[in-house]
Amino acid sequence: MLDILLASLLSPVVLAFALGALAVAVKSDLEIPAPLYRALSIYLLLAIGLKGGTALSETPLGEVVWPVVGTVGLGMLTPITAYAVLRRLGKMDRTNAAALAAHYGSVSAVTFIAAVTVAAFAGVPSEGFMPALVALLEVPAIIVGLLIAYARGERAGSWQDAMKEVVTGQSIVLLLGGMAIGWIAGKEGMAPVEPFFVGGFQGALTLFLLEMGMAAARRLRDLRSVGVFLVAFGIVMPLLHGALGVWVGGLTGLSVGGAAVLGAMVASASYIAAPAAVRVGLPEANLAYYLTASLGITFPFNLTVGIPIYLALAQYLGG
Amino acid sequence: MQTVPYRLVTIVAESTVRDRLLSAIHRLGATGHTMSEVRGEGTRGGMQGATWERPSVKIETIVTVDVAEQIANHVAENYFRHHSVIVYLQDVEVLRGSKYAPQNEEA
Repeated sequence: MLDILLASLLSPVVLAFALGALAVAVKSDLEIPAPLYRALSIYLLLAIGLKGGTALSETPLGEVVWPVVGTVGLGMLTPITAYAVLRRLGKMDRTNAAALAAHYGSVSAVTFIAAVTVAAFAGVPSEGFMPALVALLEVPAIIVGLLIAYARGERAGSWQDAMKEVVTGQSIVLLLGGMAIGWIAGKEGMAPVEPFFVGGFQGALTLFLLEMGMAAARRLRDLRSVGVFLVAFGIVMPLLHGALGVWVGGLTGLSVGGAAVLGAMVASASYIAAPAAVRVGLPEANLAYYLTASLGITFPFNLTVGIPIYLALAQYLGG
Repeated sequence: MQTVPYRLVTIVAESTVRDRLLSAIHRLGATGHTMSEVRGEGTRGGMQGATWERPSVKIETIVTVDVAEQIANHVAENYFRHHSVIVYLQDVEVLRGSKYAPQNEEA
């Protein structure tokens, strides 16, 4: 496990993340222009979708059914476990607990990509259709999280607008749309665009992680306001959810690499789709809590230490 | 040069409320608007109110005194409590005054 951990820590992607954080720490004038950031995120999401769709077109349906069922189940269960921990152990108010639950049930696409890369590097590649599971894991948790809040009283936000944000948000449109394109075009049809979407992928990801490092470091300025409990929550919750994801992955017939990637997905917290929906649906929830926890604590934790742990666990359970 | 007095309403808001604000100001009688992406800091902090990847927006619209007041009241009632939003009004002199008056529904 140590060699995987080391290789993961010393990969260009993680080092670029560290460089971004360092740039903020030394108050460098480095700035990724917002349009470039947006273009990169569109590229990455579409590329994952295309890759997943192509793989899906070559996968027998029977192989996908149980992982799909397991993923949707996890998507509905993890916001509830997160909510219970926040309410019982954290003594957090309902609104903020529900907001955080939506984030911790949902998924971070970049954590997913990092896990796929690490698993492949370790010699246990994950299934090609995994991106389909990302799209499935993203939505239910946000809906369950908001439901918990809306079921318990009047809300300042708009349920309809929040649902629209969840279902028509750019990540879902690009992931599902990319999968449809990849599935329809098939492996041969995808060949002409492959140099751009596959060959450039890791480079674009490295650039993207530079900005993520800066964004995460900026969030850490709010660390003092979120408190010790939330910092611990941002580390322990992913470990519990990650172990659950690895276990369910094995149960539903995923390979060792697939189970490790599913573990990382379930462990991750959303910091793009969920904040957008929660801001609309639950504007009274404290944004500093959920963004600092998901982006400032959980994302870096998973990227550096978490993923190698889920991989080791999957190898232990599956080997 | 024939100018007519109107009011310029400027709303600076986090991006999450953009679409709702736009439909509201048009419903209340604005006949057009200009929008730009902006950055800044306020009592809710720099990027506090905004989802971190989307910049805030500045929406400007020229309307009658009456509509301006309705828009300002609408924003105050619906957004001041939980969102990063400011609104201010200015008197302006415009050319082609009829452009900015709400359509008369009987006409």
